[in-house]
Amino acid sequence: MTDVSTDSPRSASKGPDMVNMQVWRGDASGGDFKLYEVEYREGEVVLDVIHRIQATQANDLGVRWNCKAGKCGSCSAEINGLPRLMCMTRMSTFEPGQDITVAPMKTFPVMKDLVTDVSFNYEMAKRIPAFQPKPKDADGKRRMAQRDVERSQEFRKCIECFMCQNVCHVIRDHDENKVHFAGPRFLMRIAELEMHPHDTGDRIPLAREELGLPYCNITKCCTEVCPEHIHITDNALIPMKERVVDRYFDPITRLGRAIRRKR
Amino acid sequence: MADLETHDFDVIVVGAGGAGLRAAIEAQAQGARTAVICKSLLGKAHTVMAEGGIAASMGNVWSEDNWQVHFRDTMRGGKMLNNWRMAQLHAQEAPDRVLELEEWGALFDRTKEGLISQRDFGGHRYARLAHVGDRTGLEMIRTLQQRAVSQGMAVFMECKVHKLILDEGRVAGALAYWRETGRFVLFRAKAVILATGGIGKAWQVTSNSWEYTGDGHSLALSTGADLIDMEFVQFHPTGMVWPPSVRGILVTESVRGDGGVLRNTDGKRFMFDYIPEVFAAETADSEAEADRWYEDHINNRRPPELLPRDEVARAINSEVKAGRGTEHGGVYLDIASRRSADFIRRRLPSMYHQFKELADVDITATPFEIGPTCHYVMGGVKVDADTAQSTIPGLYAAGEVAGGMHGSNRLGGNSLGDLLVFGRRAGLAAAEYAQGLGAAPQVADSEVDRLTAEALDPFNRTTGENPYSLQYELQDTMHKLVGIIRVRSELEEAIEKVGQLKERAKNVAVEGHRQFNPGWHLALDLESLLTVSEAVARCALLREESRGGHTRDDFPSTSGYWSKINNTIHRDSTGETTITQEPLPEMPDELKALFEEPAK
Ligand SMILES: Cc1cc2nc3c(=O)[nH]c(=O)nc-3n(C[C@H](O)[C@H](O)[C@H](O)COP(=O)(O)OP(=O)(O)OC[C@H]3O[C@@H](n4cnc5c(N)ncnc54)[C@H](O)[C@@H]3O)c2cc1C
Ligand code: SF4
Ligand code: SF4
Ligand code: FES
Repeated sequence: MTDVSTDSPRSASKGPDMVNMQVWRGDASGGDFKLYEVEYREGEVVLDVIHRIQATQANDLGVRWNCKAGKCGSCSAEINGLPRLMCMTRMSTFEPGQDITVAPMKTFPVMKDLVTDVSFNYEMAKRIPAFQPKPKDADGKRRMAQRDVERSQEFRKCIECFMCQNVCHVIRDHDENKVHFAGPRFLMRIAELEMHPHDTGDRIPLAREELGLPYCNITKCCTEVCPEHIHITDNALIPMKERVVDRYFDPITRLGRAIRRKR
Repeated sequence: MADLETHDFDVIVVGAGGAGLRAAIEAQAQGARTAVICKSLLGKAHTVMAEGGIAASMGNVWSEDNWQVHFRDTMRGGKMLNNWRMAQLHAQEAPDRVLELEEWGALFDRTKEGLISQRDFGGHRYARLAHVGDRTGLEMIRTLQQRAVSQGMAVFMECKVHKLILDEGRVAGALAYWRETGRFVLFRAKAVILATGGIGKAWQVTSNSWEYTGDGHSLALSTGADLIDMEFVQFHPTGMVWPPSVRGILVTESVRGDGGVLRNTDGKRFMFDYIPEVFAAETADSEAEADRWYEDHINNRRPPELLPRDEVARAINSEVKAGRGTEHGGVYLDIASRRSADFIRRRLPSMYHQFKELADVDITATPFEIGPTCHYVMGGVKVDADTAQSTIPGLYAAGEVAGGMHGSNRLGGNSLGDLLVFGRRAGLAAAEYAQGLGAAPQVADSEVDRLTAEALDPFNRTTGENPYSLQYELQDTMHKLVGIIRVRSELEEAIEKVGQLKERAKNVAVEGHRQFNPGWHLALDLESLLTVSEAVARCALLREESRGGHTRDDFPSTSGYWSKINNTIHRDSTGETTITQEPLPEMPDELKALFEEPAK
């Protein structure tokens, strides 16, 4: 096969450009941004450039990744202060000449460089009771209409990048809330099970009393950062709040319902 | 050894992809004390990337479908080199395994009747792949992960199994290290299930992630277990080719299953020129017939774009070589002119997203460039079909790391089914073996001390080889010399180069400290990468024929002799690796009869 790096008329590709990357280096005891002057080529994403730093200037630079295609949710970081997947952030989206900062997610403790301790999320996942199916049809099959499964399917697009968890103000600056607030990803998991057409469980009291649904004041920051474009707030959190209202007559969250009706 | 973190289990499962999780769920359900160990975080294994679906003859879309048809498709796709018993068990059990996922919370796309929907894929006679849009792997791994968590499974994440330890020829445990701290951890275990996935990181253009360094293959070989068929490596016909940074990323076969066609730069649907004799009877020979097939599978034959992957990859390669490829060395995949934008976005949401965000291409509006990418290894640990046991007592293998199931070429969708069917069987058998074993085998302290010292060696060198450069050179060698089309002289050159790289790898040096140090991790992964690369090149040199995922320019046709042979790789206690030619297990007559019916 021909070599793809050769110049092509249509894309008018040129030689590599240089960029200044400010990459956070350090561990639990502290750290700081370190400047790397590095090449980048047409079409590259931030993860490519991080990998180039790793291969040529800092072999021990800690970074997580797997799929390089926005499918596994491993490579979350804060790029110029915004939570993004490094593998889906193209270098061409930045102003040429501008320094680019790459920092670990803030809400989780740093392990090393861009790698954070996300065990909080795995602990929360354990607290949600699994799917509890109703009996199957007589022929051993389940019948569910496509439109009925679509609601939960939207939430099952979640790649567990934990960026929604990272931006939610309830825990971002309040470590103490982490014991009683599951965060948008896991409140959404409860919504997913609640909306599953064949689930018989009831997780509303759990969401309200133990996993902190009332703390959410529907700022939608989670929705804004979700790389899967899941409508976390509108489709999962607000309907859950409505279910709580219906059950407990909670006057504050009625507001949420009023807001939603207006849309 | 004194302050070494140590755990005791009946069964440890190395790998948390579909195969590993399914195995662990089963072993634990059988009452075995079970743990899962994985290199990445839970839920990030390769399985998460699978797109198209799980092949299972549930007959929800075509009631004509059944396990016999699936079995036949699988064997013919694998050019009859499959372990027939594995192909049979897989075809028989896949439907139950899919339905079981549904019981654990998976939400598949539905048919009009509300049943699990099934889509068309290359090499499958009927629409057979249970799917969720084009993110089936995500659904599968999340379902299994949630099931395992709800069973209270012990999971050791970001922990790499470095070596297996034997006691009197039986499995005794595994030595691993935590990626975060670089500290070692010893697992004493009666049985070990390898579910480590593939080897694709040994090639430059690949759909595989950093995890695919062939650890399981290499661990098995180093304990004396046999590997088979390592020459068979699947190059998926459709990987992205432009821009360079995304080269190799997979474009799911569903694009073709859902109506997409391949064209060269003359705009021609060239696949009609590449229909091999064996598939001629069931492949459409005109565009009109091919197009009718999507609606009516009974009265029309399938489009040649849906031939097995090896055929399509070779055809693309030939078109590009003949000068009818794009300037980036690919051909065009066109679904835009054939399906509505709405349909494409609904059926292929993540492909739409992937091209939009990574390549600035709108696949609903324009054809896009694709080309072959290294994707899957058919070869792997030699296992007993029913129990997934390797040739070493207590050592099991399931999923991509196991060999035999797919013969010389895997059909799309047959991997996800394989993970579930043989993951479960491995879990069952390993639990039974562990429970039947009296006293636990012993792990010798001296062995552990030796292994840990060896692993830390790269830190003791202040100058030496850069692990990233060695990996790059290896990938370059395998890409250029052991790619889709192979020839004696190049294979010999590859074996020599890999040998040199093995020598240089002994002198690899790493900087920094043990805490989350990817340079050190790669330095240790090099051993597996080099081991599997050598095995592939040597097997490829021996097999003097072309079949499935192994094409020899100097031996372009299939050979009668090799049609009945598995290359079997064995390493003895002195470290000497030999490859012998062992006869393929003979298929019973009642199954043979399935191939005598006229192909429809
Ligand atoms: C992009 C893409 C799309 C695909 N689409 C499909 C499809 O539609 N249908 C289909 O059937 N197949 C598909 N495949 C193939 C299929 O996804 C894989 O073959 C399959 O997922 C492999 O599963 P596994 O359980 O064997 O291994 P994996 O899911 O890869 O898991 C391997 C596990 O082993 C762990 N591991 C490896 N080495 C070690 C070690 N030394 N120590 C500890 N842990 C270790 C890893 O961390 C990981 O957890 C696709 C593959 C790709 C790349
Ligand atoms: S909408 Fe709720 S969960 Fe989402 S970020 Fe705001 S407060 Fe957090
Ligand atoms: S909901 Fe979205 S942002 Fe949150 S973890 Fe899932 S994919 Fe990431
Ligand atoms: S590497 Fe998988 S999402 Fe970025």
